[in-house]
Amino acid sequence: MDQHLLSIVLFTPLAGLAVLLFLPGENKTLIKLWANLVAFAGFLVSLPLASRFDASNGGYQFVEKAPWIPTMGVQYIIGIDGISLLLVMLTTLIGFLSILSSWTSIDERVKEYYAMFLLLQTGMIGVFVALDFFLFYVFWEIVLIPMYFIIGVWGGPRKLYAAIKFVLYTLAGSVLMLLGILTLYFQHFKQFGYYTFEVAALMRLDLPLGLQQWVFWAFFLGFAIKVPMFPFHTWLPDAHVEAPTAGSVILAAVLLKMGTYGFLRFSLPLLPKASIDQTIVQALAVLSIIAIIYGALVSLMQQDWKKLVAYSSVSHLGFCTLGIFALNPNGIAGSVIQQINHGISTGMLFLIIGVIYERRHTREIAAYGGLAHVMPKFATVFAFAMLSSAGLPLLNGFVGEFTILQGAFEASRTWAALAVTGVILGAAYLLWLYQRTMLGQVTNARNLHLPDLSPRELAVFAPLILWAVWIGVYPKPYFDVLEKPVAQLVERVRPSYFTGQVQAGLTEHRAP
Amino acid sequence: MNLFYTATDHFVLSPAIQLAFWGCAILLLDTWLIPDPRKRRWLVPIFVLPAIVLTAIALGKQHAYLVSEGAREISAFNGALTVDGFALFFNWVFLISTLIVSIVSYRYLEIEGEHHGEYYGLILLANCGMFFLATGTDLVTLFVGLELMALCFYVMVGFLRGERRSNEAALKYLILGAFSSALLVYGFSLFYGMAGATKLSVIVKAMQGRDPWDPVLFLAMATTSVGLLFKISAAPFHMWAPDAYEGAPTTTTAYLSVASKAASIAFLLRIFLGPLDVARPAWEPLLAGVAILTMTVGNFAAITQTNVKRLLAYSSISHAGYMLLGLIAGNDTGLKGIAVYVLVYTFMNLGAFLVVIALRRQNIIGEDVADLAGLAKRHPGYALLMLVFLLSLAGIPPTAGFLGKYYIFLSLVETGHYVLAVIGTLYVAVAIYYYFRIVRSMYLDEAAADTAPLASTVGLRFAVGVSGLLTLCIGIYPEPFLRLAHTSLLK
Repeated sequence: MDQHLLSIVLFTPLAGLAVLLFLPGENKTLIKLWANLVAFAGFLVSLPLASRFDASNGGYQFVEKAPWIPTMGVQYIIGIDGISLLLVMLTTLIGFLSILSSWTSIDERVKEYYAMFLLLQTGMIGVFVALDFFLFYVFWEIVLIPMYFIIGVWGGPRKLYAAIKFVLYTLAGSVLMLLGILTLYFQHFKQFGYYTFEVAALMRLDLPLGLQQWVFWAFFLGFAIKVPMFPFHTWLPDAHVEAPTAGSVILAAVLLKMGTYGFLRFSLPLLPKASIDQTIVQALAVLSIIAIIYGALVSLMQQDWKKLVAYSSVSHLGFCTLGIFALNPNGIAGSVIQQINHGISTGMLFLIIGVIYERRHTREIAAYGGLAHVMPKFATVFAFAMLSSAGLPLLNGFVGEFTILQGAFEASRTWAALAVTGVILGAAYLLWLYQRTMLGQVTNARNLHLPDLSPRELAVFAPLILWAVWIGVYPKPYFDVLEKPVAQLVERVRPSYFTGQVQAGLTEHRAP
Repeated sequence: MNLFYTATDHFVLSPAIQLAFWGCAILLLDTWLIPDPRKRRWLVPIFVLPAIVLTAIALGKQHAYLVSEGAREISAFNGALTVDGFALFFNWVFLISTLIVSIVSYRYLEIEGEHHGEYYGLILLANCGMFFLATGTDLVTLFVGLELMALCFYVMVGFLRGERRSNEAALKYLILGAFSSALLVYGFSLFYGMAGATKLSVIVKAMQGRDPWDPVLFLAMATTSVGLLFKISAAPFHMWAPDAYEGAPTTTTAYLSVASKAASIAFLLRIFLGPLDVARPAWEPLLAGVAILTMTVGNFAAITQTNVKRLLAYSSISHAGYMLLGLIAGNDTGLKGIAVYVLVYTFMNLGAFLVVIALRRQNIIGEDVADLAGLAKRHPGYALLMLVFLLSLAGIPPTAGFLGKYYIFLSLVETGHYVLAVIGTLYVAVAIYYYFRIVRSMYLDEAAADTAPLASTVGLRFAVGVSGLLTLCIGIYPEPFLRLAHTSLLK
């Protein structure tokens, strides 16, 4: 049981999907119940991962290894370290909550909807646990299909456009990433005489800088489009806005993290020389900072509630990538924590929009005002989500942003200074949004009798709020889990970092 | 020089004998031996079955012989025919296509009102021609095989006698086909002139040491490759394909798009890796240009199509481009990649056409993308399988189509053709756009007014199901199929 724990976590949704296909399509309640049950079970079986995870062990844990396609050197290797542990937990929790949140909002083609969600769930977990590059790529691509349908079938008015745009963007990036993968695969054959996709084996490669740079850019396109980094972000507002609530939640909370995770798991350790190459670091930092500020400014301008949150994702993910390319423990650990935070807080924000949209069928900010009087519970939950997203101390967002800024400051003061403006702007658009929708008098008579949150809806928000407070008040376990893998990552990219001798020199050298 | 018909000759020829015998037998039965037309209708197609079974047994024996003796090849007729892993691999592919197409033709031709026994005879004879294309190692044998196959196809494309589209398609195909054959035979005559023989092995020896840019060789290369590129419908010699595909009965289109293409690819590989191998420096850049153009034309023209058959025709043009990339890379991975590609393409492309066949009913053509609207609601099974075929055609893992592309891209990376690799991969993203137009129609668009049940027979359901299952299985566990493809390496 224990040695297959990770496989069980990975395939529980898929097994549930297999059963779901045989349930009668007309019995919607049964299908909903089953899907919720499977998703909840998926979350429950993932809990032992967290409890049995040994933070003092720097290597991969719960590793499983089996041959798959020997001719091609493809193996089924899965395992997690601290970084993937957090992302897997985020996936199983958010996956369950978004399925739970769909109970009333999805009433058409229910069976297909939940089937897609369960498939998506396995795909996403697979991305975070795969330690074989081929396996990773398969999961990476699998995710595309259910998301296309979730946006395309159950989405808003421009769903067709948004769905195909999402697919085209992501696919264009990922096929180029495939070329990068194949290059490494072939280089491994040239150097060691056998073909393998095992990431640990590919780490042994010694490649010249020039080749590493090429491969880096190939990976970059795959990952940056997924994150999305500026200027590849244009699919995101469309996809987020048109997707149904649960789709937006999953998209923001988990799918985008596949990109940042890709940088951490593959780009940095496999291409260490390219990753500290000044041109690349500077370019990525600049793109991150543009994303932070540009995303925030565009958010300020939005009239549409959901679009505002969508653009805020661009800004927040900018922090995550900036943290990664600060290339020091603070930056990277902060980035991972911020990825979780963004999952929690933006997930909540999209759920909140879903709640209000289900009641009023409009997302225009101007249509609301003074909701706090009508829906006090809702307003309280929203306040939590908003403050967590804005980075209020004692809530999760602060921990992540602060650590990232520490890391950025260590790398370059200019970066930190510019990134801080993103924090300020973030507070501005979020507080302003809250003010316009929740505070003051009720401006629209139609909002007077909106029902407050139902117990089911509260049940969706409660775990997220608790998690946000936990990370905000006591983030130590998270940093503990991350310490080893992050240190190894930094060690790999900058071998001299921890000996400290050239640290000062590097910092000065990096300052623009 | 052996002038007599030996046991080996017979052994090597046996699959072709079966195909030719049963093909002719069906023609005779249909016109002569079974006078009652009502009996003829269902009795004649049944004879395809023994033909396929006996051919499979003959091929199986050859396969078993190669495996048990550990031999690389069996040569017969003084080297005019060679059974090797390559030939066997392709022959299996042809036979599977023949089986599937025969199964689904019955009902379809009934609906078209053109059900005649000779159709099955033609299918078997075409397969016989393909046998010689894959097995032949002599220019004359190859050419005769090509013409046998092509002649059957000319008739099959124009099989809907009452329909102008079909007649027009047949005529276009005939004229362009004859033209390309003429070019090909011109190139062959130059080879004969240079080597004084028609046997490939002799020509290869004669070509050795020749300057790749030798003008006569270049002329032979140019004319031969134009002829061959016509046959695999590579741009700019692809014009016949969309019209022929659209006008032909859909069963013929399916057969034409997989079996005939596979046979032409086999033919092309025999020539390019045989007599033309020495001229690689000359043809490699040319083929690279053709491959890029083929993928460009195929993919971009497919975007605007509203007819599914035309769309799949252009998509199959682009697939020819991908297969050419494997030849350009030219290493083991690339050649294996072509074999894998041919195999998976057979199932996924046949499958896609089979779904179109299911949509053809009395008074309903069912060929427009819009005709597929709402298919997911009416026939979730067919829609799901079509989704699998389309994802596979686009090359999304974990479907079989991904493996074909995987090997092609890997071979390009291995041989340093990075630009071609980037172009090839980017066209995957273009392709997904038009394949997803069909997906969109099936899953996202509202159901069309057409609610008549599909023309689904047990045979069709079986064929679609098997194609779908294989498309998925090869994708998820490709190991045995990769080993099979590995045996097909020519070099």
